[in-house]
Amino acid sequence: MTSPLGTTSMPKLPFHVRTAMYFRLLALQGSWNYETLNGTGIGFAIEPALRYLPGGPGGAAYRAALARQSRYFNAHPYLAGVAIGALTRAELEGVEPARIERFRTALAGPLGSVGDRLVWASWLPFCSVVAMGVYGAGGSALAVVGTFLLLYNAGHLLLRAWGLRIGLSRGLNVAPALGNPVLRQGPQYIACAAAFVSGLSLPLALQRVAGPGRALAGGIIGAAFLGILLLARLREQAEGWRVALGVLAVFVLYSVIT
Amino acid sequence: MSLIEALPIALLGALLGLDVVSFPQAMISRPIVAATLSGGLIGHPGSGLLIGVVLELIALDTLPFGASRYPEWGSAGVVGGALFSAQSPGMPGALPASMLAALLTASISGWSMVVLRRFIARRLEKSRDRIEEGSRDALMSLHLSGMSMDLLRGALVTLTAMMIFAPLVRAIVAVWGSESAASRAVVVVIAAVVAGGALWKVYHSVRHVLWFFLAGLVAWSVLLVTR
Repeated sequence: MTSPLGTTSMPKLPFHVRTAMYFRLLALQGSWNYETLNGTGIGFAIEPALRYLPGGPGGAAYRAALARQSRYFNAHPYLAGVAIGALTRAELEGVEPARIERFRTALAGPLGSVGDRLVWASWLPFCSVVAMGVYGAGGSALAVVGTFLLLYNAGHLLLRAWGLRIGLSRGLNVAPALGNPVLRQGPQYIACAAAFVSGLSLPLALQRVAGPGRALAGGIIGAAFLGILLLARLREQAEGWRVALGVLAVFVLYSVIT
Repeated sequence: MSLIEALPIALLGALLGLDVVSFPQAMISRPIVAATLSGGLIGHPGSGLLIGVVLELIALDTLPFGASRYPEWGSAGVVGGALFSAQSPGMPGALPASMLAALLTASISGWSMVVLRRFIARRLEKSRDRIEEGSRDALMSLHLSGMSMDLLRGALVTLTAMMIFAPLVRAIVAVWGSESAASRAVVVVIAAVVAGGALWKVYHSVRHVLWFFLAGLVAWSVLLVTR
């Protein structure tokens, strides 16, 4: 069926095709490289749907669309489903290639920054400190690892599924969906929750790591407090893990030669 | 450690190294999971969990933003968990030495990811014309070979690290001079400083966040008094 804009309506994708796209979405970054970033991953994930283009797999429309979708693209991997769904719909509706290219360019930035803020800078640290709270409370290995994986992946897998669904249903009109309150205000609420849980769980976890005995407790708290202040002041100039590596190397060397 | 003994650990390192970027990014590669799993493989999941928690605190400092270069914690967690779990319980140098080995592995493994990404870009250059013609085979080949190479990368990094660090950590633990409580204290301070600095870096711009942190500290203090 042809719309007034000259596009055709999207054929309903069978369940197995949408499932295949979802699983391929999990492997989106398999060919991540410094040239196309996750562009080839977009081509990989969208390919099962492109087989429904006129001419079928290997046809001219299929080949043109696959080439177009495998070019440079950058997005947060968990939110790339929004782009994949929207681009799938655009291709199957026969939207003109120039418009699809413009849409790809416009969508990449927001999907990257929103995803980075929501997932890497909020959800992941929150789940980490919750798991550390379970450890600090005396949880077993299974309880700690299980809590972390279940909590984290509940958010992770739902976010990917939501992205693909919303992209497929809205097509090129997907931009308003990025104003979803979870995406917009979620990072702030998660940050507050993570801060509270950190205050409670990090001392508990560190207590358990330090083991019984409180002889050095005062020294540990004082040194940690000073160190945090120093590292917070240095912020972008010092990477914490490199500092840890350097201090640890010096301490190991000292302990071996004394 | 013999090659045969290191192989199951290398296989775990391969699978968890793959999770970091390629598939499925379910964060089974986080040190708190990876070290616990490799400790479990050695027969001491509790030891794996302990070093996993310390490494996780340090890993809070690195956020895997797009093209930025960061340490790879999947293989590193596996190496740290296996090394620490293989030591006799109560050896004072075991935790700092295993942590140092894990951090070095994370750094080297992060570099190996950069090498892999350049390698994939070179392969892309060779098959660019075919991909631009819409060749499904060329695209699948590039993508699946990228994932296979990532799997191999994780295995090689883990295997090499285990072959180098297993005897080295054993030797360090044998001549360790600092006492047990002090050794643990240094590790705890390092982890607390890095985690505290990392959380501040990530959250400091959020309104009222410090009050939430302080409220958490008060809750901890109440627990400490009432327990």
